[in-house]
Amino acid sequence: MDLFITIAIILIKVIGLTFLVVLPLVPISVYFERRFSAIIQDRVGPNRVGIPLTLFGAKKDLSFFGLIQPMADGLKLFLKEDFTPVHVRKSFYWLAPALTVIPALVTVCVVPFGSPITIGGREIDLVIADLDVGPLFIFAISSLTVYGITLAGWSSNSKFPFIGGVRSTAQMISYEICLGLSIIPVLLWYGELNLSNIVEAQSANGWLLLPLWGESAPWNNGGDYSAWIFWIPAFIAFLIFTISIFAETNRMPFDLPECETELVGGYHTEYSSMKFAMFFMGEYAAMVIGSALIVTMFLGGWSLPFNWDSILQDTEGNWLWFSGLVHLGVFMTKLVAFILFFILVRWTVPRFRYDQLMRLGWVIFFEAALINVFLAALIIAAPELKAVATITGAVVLVVVSAALIWVLKVSDKKEAPNSGLLG
Amino acid sequence: MAVIKVKRPELNAGEKFYLGAIVKGFFITMKHAVASLRNKTRGAKDMASSGLGATMQFPEQKWDDHMPEYYRGAPALVTDEQDRERCVSCQLCEFICPPKAIAIIPGEIPSDDPWAKVEKRPKEFDIDMTRCIYCGMCEEVCPEQAIYLRKDYLISGLSRAEMVHDKKRLYEIGGKRIGLVNKWNELK
Repeated sequence: MDLFITIAIILIKVIGLTFLVVLPLVPISVYFERRFSAIIQDRVGPNRVGIPLTLFGAKKDLSFFGLIQPMADGLKLFLKEDFTPVHVRKSFYWLAPALTVIPALVTVCVVPFGSPITIGGREIDLVIADLDVGPLFIFAISSLTVYGITLAGWSSNSKFPFIGGVRSTAQMISYEICLGLSIIPVLLWYGELNLSNIVEAQSANGWLLLPLWGESAPWNNGGDYSAWIFWIPAFIAFLIFTISIFAETNRMPFDLPECETELVGGYHTEYSSMKFAMFFMGEYAAMVIGSALIVTMFLGGWSLPFNWDSILQDTEGNWLWFSGLVHLGVFMTKLVAFILFFILVRWTVPRFRYDQLMRLGWVIFFEAALINVFLAALIIAAPELKAVATITGAVVLVVVSAALIWVLKVSDKKEAPNSGLLG
Repeated sequence: MAVIKVKRPELNAGEKFYLGAIVKGFFITMKHAVASLRNKTRGAKDMASSGLGATMQFPEQKWDDHMPEYYRGAPALVTDEQDRERCVSCQLCEFICPPKAIAIIPGEIPSDDPWAKVEKRPKEFDIDMTRCIYCGMCEEVCPEQAIYLRKDYLISGLSRAEMVHDKKRLYEIGGKRIGLVNKWNELK
């Protein structure tokens, strides 16, 4: 009986968190994408589609500010003809959309959505699988998305999708490294790879990018400023990680695999109907997971700022029964805010050129992330070391970074000035 | 011809770092977002915007009051002060019409009519609005000041036949026009 209840809880968590929390976020982010883009461009955006009450004799339609628009889009895609061109390689062509959606949805399982809920004396964690290797699992699975895109580009057997697929591969190679390297400082700081524990630590001791309460504030820990000094490598890590996530999810300014202006539709040019919808869904699900990861590691996950979480705890430090739901709401708010940031970036930064993107990934971010790892290590180790050792470390770090920058400058081949036909 | 070599501008350290430009870009996009939410978008007033961006939302808001003076809408026939049809069916507009949207069947005015001296008026006057390009040539060419482009722009129908404006409909749109040159009566 106990086993049965455990399995039932796992099933409810899987279904509830994937299908009731993450998947609805996809249409919501599509809606926000369209509305917010419109507002940025001085337009209105979809604001009409609602419940057509006039069909049932009511005076006015219920429009909900057009929130039903993504449903209408989805319905349209369902009803469209699922066309498979004759020149494609069928098995891979059919496999590719699934390969982009599934990894994006599988990664949901390690994201902590809130503090534990207590129902009938049983504590239920709001995370599907409380893995001790959370971020690594996400990297391992989400990098599989690129197979879907590459296969789609190749199996379409058409020029533009192929270029899209190839670009996607190159982009993934140049960004996976800095994606992984950039969070090493974070993991060093927490000494932990379990996302739930990372969030609990941030809830009690200040977010990584907002160390203003708990143990990290100097007025609470006897004048130890290391958490504040650590803010510098944390912020660099945050920048590199966020930009790498943009590249990972194929969002502007790194949407090279699909860039409509250059490659028609990129890798999904030859797809229609639900297969196209699956690519679309995979892209937005990846965006949701990416923002969830950033929020979880740098911005406190589900926790409230300024130690307001203590209101939701009883005197012994246990969570009240409803606090999980509050935290779920907080997490969703942060997630949606970050998705809005994604959209803002889309309309602010123009698309990178192919070689610029490779240069940014391999030459700048890779080195920056490496130096950042050592900087973070030095800051963490400084209290244990003697002053001499610390200063020596700092000097070595500065020398090594300067040498790296010098090498970059020297190795950067100076382009011949473009004199056009004059030669 | 002298060859002028244009040099690329040298970027300073801040410009090479790009971040400043990106932050500036954020401010520009956010400025537009905030302005369109506050209905302060440039041009929102002239366009009678709906309160979000510069867009006029059609069925609720219409161009009617914001139509420029020179707007050319649907062509229509007019009558004069004494309700006489100004058109004498000379068919000049029919011949000039570039898309051949106008079709006129001329008719004779019977001799017992008070306007018998005008001799002709259209028996049928059809303008096919699916063909009309609103160029205004008919208005320009008309020697009788009988056809005008009005500001009506919402011309819709459920069938092709509905889109053909016949004589009755054209006079309905055009109505009476006062103060034109009077050729055929004693009014001056």
